[in-house]
Amino acid sequence: MNAREAILAAVKKNRPTPVVPLPDVYEPPWEGTLINLGYKEHFARLPEVAHPHGPNESLIPHFREQLEAMGGRSFEVANAAEANKKLADLFPNAKVVCSAVPEIPGTRRVENVADPHELSDVDVGVVRSTLGVGEAGAVWLTQAELVVNALGVLSQHLIVLLDPKAIVETMHDAYRQIDLTRSPYGLFMAGPSATGDIEGVIIHGAQGARSLTVLFLAPAAN
Amino acid sequence: MMASAARPVDPEGRAARFIALVEHETTHDRLVWGMRQNRDKAAAGVPDWEKLRDLASQIKEHTLSHLDEYLEQFERNATKLGTQVHWARDAEEHNTIVHDILSKHGVKSLIKSKSMLQEECGMTPFLQRRGIEVTESDLGERIQQLSHEPPSHIVVPAIHKLRSDVATLFAQDLGTDPKNSDPHYLAEAMRENARPRFLEAGAGMTGANFAIAETGGFVVCTNEGNADIGASVPPLHIASIGIEKLIPRASDLGIFLRMLSRSALGSPLTQYTSHFHGPRHGGELHVVLVDHTRSDRLGSPDFWHALKCIRCGACMNTCPVYRRSGGLSYGATYAGPIGVILDPGFDLDKYRELPFHSSLCGSCTQVCPVKIDISDQIYKWRRVMAEKGLLKLSKKVGMSALGTTLSHSTLFHGGEAVGESAIAYLPRFLLYNSLNPWGKHRELPTPPKQTFRQWYIANRRKA
Repeated sequence: MNAREAILAAVKKNRPTPVVPLPDVYEPPWEGTLINLGYKEHFARLPEVAHPHGPNESLIPHFREQLEAMGGRSFEVANAAEANKKLADLFPNAKVVCSAVPEIPGTRRVENVADPHELSDVDVGVVRSTLGVGEAGAVWLTQAELVVNALGVLSQHLIVLLDPKAIVETMHDAYRQIDLTRSPYGLFMAGPSATGDIEGVIIHGAQGARSLTVLFLAPAAN
Repeated sequence: MMASAARPVDPEGRAARFIALVEHETTHDRLVWGMRQNRDKAAAGVPDWEKLRDLASQIKEHTLSHLDEYLEQFERNATKLGTQVHWARDAEEHNTIVHDILSKHGVKSLIKSKSMLQEECGMTPFLQRRGIEVTESDLGERIQQLSHEPPSHIVVPAIHKLRSDVATLFAQDLGTDPKNSDPHYLAEAMRENARPRFLEAGAGMTGANFAIAETGGFVVCTNEGNADIGASVPPLHIASIGIEKLIPRASDLGIFLRMLSRSALGSPLTQYTSHFHGPRHGGELHVVLVDHTRSDRLGSPDFWHALKCIRCGACMNTCPVYRRSGGLSYGATYAGPIGVILDPGFDLDKYRELPFHSSLCGSCTQVCPVKIDISDQIYKWRRVMAEKGLLKLSKKVGMSALGTTLSHSTLFHGGEAVGESAIAYLPRFLLYNSLNPWGKHRELPTPPKQTFRQWYIANRRKA
C-alpha cells in the first residue's frame, strides 16, 4: 500500500462517531463587529461601549479606523491627478515606482516585469484592490491585479487604490464576493508587514511592505 | 505511538530554571497575559463570538468525521489547478519527499516561513545534514534558529527572550551593535539580512493554516508577509499541510479567520491572509499532506478533538503554568496546554510528565475558539500515564495511598480528621519534603477545630 492509500484507509477506519452535520455558515444574521475595535496599542483608545453598524451607515469611517489600528493609513482623492500628487507628496524621494494601475504611470510598468527578482529595488508599488473589508481594514489583492505577485511584498511601500463603494463589513461578506479558484494567489492585506516578536514591541516593515496607504478612488468608467 | 529512547522531559526542573531568571519570567508573564487581554477585548467586539465558536467546532468535527472524503476532494481540486500533491505517513516520509523535490530542482538554499508541522518533522536538521541551507524568515523563528532552540510559543516563538538576549545573539550572528537592544534596530537588521536570502533562495516553504476541499487551495496567515515573499519570489513553493487542516468550503474561512488572530493577538485579522490556488505565473507548487500520528489520534475517543486545533495560542496565553514557566519548559514542539495534550501522542514516554504541568484550572478550554476540551484531555492523559505505569515514584506513592483512602468511606472520614489534626501536630518535614513538590512555595491552611462532617453530625443531624 502506498502512503496515500495507507493514510486514507487509516483515516476511514478511525472516523469518529457520531457524524456531525455540516452547519450552514450563512444562515444566522451576522451582527458584524462593534466599531473601534482593533490592534494592540489601539486598545488603549477603546470606548467601553460601542455599537454595531446600522444598515444604512457608511462603512468607510469604520474601514479607515480599523486600517489605522493595523498600522495603515488612507486618503480620499478626487481623481487620478490627485492620486499622483499624493504619491509624490508621501514619497518625495522614491526612485522606483512600479505601477500596476492605469491611473498612476510610475517609473516602471509591472506588465514589463518578467521575473519577480526584478522588483527587489522597488521603492513604491501601486496596485488596485477590488474589495475592502471593514472589520479588519483589509484590502483584497490577487494575481489579476498584482500581475507579478511579488509586487505586493517586495515593494518597500505599497499604495492601494480602492473604490470606497467596494467595502463590505465582515469576512463572511468578503468570501461571498470572491471566487478563490480564479487566481492562483489572493491576499487579504490588513496594514503593512508587522512583527511583535521582540518583547511584543510592534514594528512595521518586518519583511514585506514598510507602509500601506489606501487611496479611495473609483476606477475610471470604461 | 512511538517508543522513545530519550529520557522523559522534566518540565518542573526546566520551569524552575526559567523562574529563577526573574526579569525573564516577569516580562514573559506580562507580555503573554497582555495577549490574553487583547484577545478578550477583540472577542467582545464580535457580537456573534460564541456563535462563531460553535460553528467552528461543528465544522471541524464534521470535517474530521468525513476526513477521507475531504482529503480526496482536496487532492482532486488541487491537482486540477496544477498543484502537485504528495502524501506522507510520517516525519521521515515528509522530509524525504521535500528533499527529493529540492534535489530534483538543484536547490541549495531554502527560505521558509513558520510551520509547526515542519518543526514536528525535524525537517530543518534533516535538510541541513544533506547540504541544503535553510533560513527561517519569521523574526521570532529566526531568533530561535540562531539560538538552536525550538519555538517557545506557536505564534510568538521567541517571547521568552528579552531584547538584550536578541541584541547579544544578533551581534554574534548578524554583526549588529551588541549594546543596541532597540527592537526597531534589531528587526531592521533582520530585514536587511533576510532580503538577499529571499532573492537567492531556490525554493520557498510554508505551512498552511487551512486547506479548502472544495477549491483545492490553502491559506497561510502571517503578520510579516514572509510566507508571501517565499511563495512569490523563488520559482518553487512547497507547503507542508497536516491532514487535520482541511475545511470543506471557502465560506468556512469567514468563521475561522474572524477568530484566529483575535484569539491569538487580539487583532481582527493577521496582516497577511494569503490564499494559494495552483502555481503562480511562472512558478511550481507542491503540497505535502502529512499524517504523522494524526490518523491514530482520530481513532481515539478521548483525544481526537485535539485535531480541531487551529494553532492560535490562546490556551498558552491564558495558562497560569505556561505564563510562569515559559514555553521551553515543556521540552517539546508544542508548549502550553495544547502541547500537553498533543505531545504525548508523539512520544508517550518522553512526555509522560507533561500532563502534570498544569493546574487543571480549565481556562484553556474557555478561550479555545474551536471548543477543544483541553483541560479534560489533560486529566485523561494523567489517567493514561497512571494506567501505563508512567508515574513518577513520588506520585505513585501518594496517589495509591490516596486512592485506597478515597475508595473506602470509613477510612476517608477517619483520615480526614486525622489529616487535619496531623497538619497541626506533624513535624513540617513530613509535608515539605522532596517527595512532595506540591509543598514548595505553598503553606497549608490553618486546620479547623473540627471537620465539616463532625460539625454537620453535631449540629444538623439532630434537627
